[in-house]
Amino acid sequence: MERGLVHACAWIVKRDLLLLWRHRAEAANPVLFFFVIALIFPLSLGPEPQMLQSVGPGVIWIAALLATLLSLEAVFRSDLEDGSLEQLLLSPHPLTLLVMAKILSHWLTAGLPLLLLAPILGLQFGIAGYTLGVLLLTLILGTPALSLMGAIGVALTAGLRAAGILATLLLLPLYVPILIFATGATAAANRGLAWGPQLYMLGALLMLAITLAPLAAAAALRIRNS
Amino acid sequence: MQQLLAPKNFYLWSGRWLRPVAWATGLCTLTGLYWGLVVAPPDYQQGDSYRIMFVHVPSAWMSLFVYAVMAGAGAVALVWRIKVAEVVASASAPIGAAFTALALMTGSLWGKPMWGTWWVWDARLTSELLLLFLYLGYMALEQAIEDRRTATRAAAVLALVGAVDLPIIHYSVEWWHTLHQAPTVTRFGAPAIHGSMLAPLLVMALAFFGYYVSLLLVRARCELLERERTNPWVGEVCRGIP
Amino acid sequence: MTSTLSTIERASMMPYAASPTLEARDLCCRRGDRLLLTRLSFTLARGEILQITGANGVGKTTLLRVIASLMQPESGTLHWRGQLLEKVRSAYLRDLSYVGHADGVKGSLSVAENLTLASALHGGGIPINAALQRLGLGDLADTLTHRLSAGQRRRLALARLLVNQACLWLLDEPFTALDKPAIKTVASMLEEHAARGGLVIFTSHHSTDITISRALHLEDQREWNGD
Repeated sequence: MERGLVHACAWIVKRDLLLLWRHRAEAANPVLFFFVIALIFPLSLGPEPQMLQSVGPGVIWIAALLATLLSLEAVFRSDLEDGSLEQLLLSPHPLTLLVMAKILSHWLTAGLPLLLLAPILGLQFGIAGYTLGVLLLTLILGTPALSLMGAIGVALTAGLRAAGILATLLLLPLYVPILIFATGATAAANRGLAWGPQLYMLGALLMLAITLAPLAAAAALRIRNS
Repeated sequence: MQQLLAPKNFYLWSGRWLRPVAWATGLCTLTGLYWGLVVAPPDYQQGDSYRIMFVHVPSAWMSLFVYAVMAGAGAVALVWRIKVAEVVASASAPIGAAFTALALMTGSLWGKPMWGTWWVWDARLTSELLLLFLYLGYMALEQAIEDRRTATRAAAVLALVGAVDLPIIHYSVEWWHTLHQAPTVTRFGAPAIHGSMLAPLLVMALAFFGYYVSLLLVRARCELLERERTNPWVGEVCRGIP
Repeated sequence: MTSTLSTIERASMMPYAASPTLEARDLCCRRGDRLLLTRLSFTLARGEILQITGANGVGKTTLLRVIASLMQPESGTLHWRGQLLEKVRSAYLRDLSYVGHADGVKGSLSVAENLTLASALHGGGIPINAALQRLGLGDLADTLTHRLSAGQRRRLALARLLVNQACLWLLDEPFTALDKPAIKTVASMLEEHAARGGLVIFTSHHSTDITISRALHLEDQREWNGD
């Protein structure tokens, strides 16, 4: 049974990665979006290096947040449309863990690329060295939390009209603590202050999200499918 | 208790209690307003402008209390599938949102003479604004789903997630505010309040609570009739009313 | 289409040991405002095939989704092997294979990949290639599913029944889009399953050649009692 569960979860991740690979042009969109959002800030705020350096972490985080929201929408939508979701709900394995596997594959395809590209954006905003390291740490802890909480939002809204904007409306207030602690840590590092506490808080948020979010998302899927 | 949770019994029981609660609420409101606006002394720093507190503070309290009721009723609805709890959760949301909006508006009105601007990114005001968005999200989700029962149950999941997140949001915003210490006059703290101002405040809080209960009963009864309209008891009850 | 049976296939052709029964007591189902079924009761014992018929919109799919535990009934209870369904949910799901109105196959995955995924989620049945052979999809194993016709996709969905070891089959309009030979194959699959002691519930408004042990005709809010 244990082995069966691991096998099932591994196959869900494998399936989602395979699906994304077969639509790789689409998969690149959120990543491009991440770049473009970050790009319009210097264009609208002006190119002064000092100012860009101070708003940089916030800008990169907002861009990451919006890119995550954009890519989240697809997590359950196609499964709902083609009936795969019903099969997931009726699997004898615990739905919470199957949902966890889906969230993991979302993070691998949407969170991880942002993490890899953030240094380039960081350099464009004049964030380098030590501060860039802290920024990356906040992204490592923060983006999985975004995927986890986001799964609840998209599970609740999958298949509704204007689901994307509705999920955004539901999720943004819930994302506030992640945003505050992540940008707080980076800003503190930028000014040479202690950033440990904020990072610990971010870690605690991630733990809480890992524990509760898949449960809530699974409950939401069951309700929405009834 | 079990009996009361049957939709029909809740409807009949709430019908009996609605009038007394509404009258008591009216009485509390008049007493509290007279006490707060006329009897209570002016503040030595803020003069008469502090009197908006008698509306602002109770509505801020109620905005949190109603969210707690909504999440609690939502949890009951999810676990035990009790229809009355579904209706209570669903009927609470717009009332709570209205309290939150009122707290924000009065806070901003209060802020004008205190801070010289309509809006400052004060920690409490900011958390209150986020709370308003949690309410609006709840209502938007409930509106978007066609089937009423599914809608309420889905929204209940959101309310529970919000209830877990709300203390964290509040704490993080507080922390964020101390980090970016804005040049503000600190709001006068609750412990320093004098008895002559506290008493009318508590009466007003009672009035707000009563207002919530009466409005909740009216809305819940209406919603219950609508949701149960295919059920025979609705016909019986409606014909029975003279 | 029948080929020589491997040992694994033969193993899965063995009759089910325990005697499964599905019992519905006083089911009422609702879709939106409409009460679709009132006080529906029936018992389905081992080896029985139940066909649900009725006009469009009368509640066939809703009933099947309720039995599959995707939806909660408005009132009434379902019992599996004599126990309340909510109490034995995970065991029930292990015993259940459901082919819904939607095929539940991914267009961008190949036929074999789709079936491998299905068996990863549930499993225990015959090998994937054997299942594909049985449903005449053997040559299409590596084809992407969105290139298939509607009937071929339906066959792929039905192939899930074979790769998963489950004694209760719930099928929503299984014969839709199938050609005559495929209908015959599926009909024989259902009969074999019943012969091994399995249970089948399917909805259809086609008249089929299957030897049905029970029939349930749904009408608007009609009371119906099995037996």
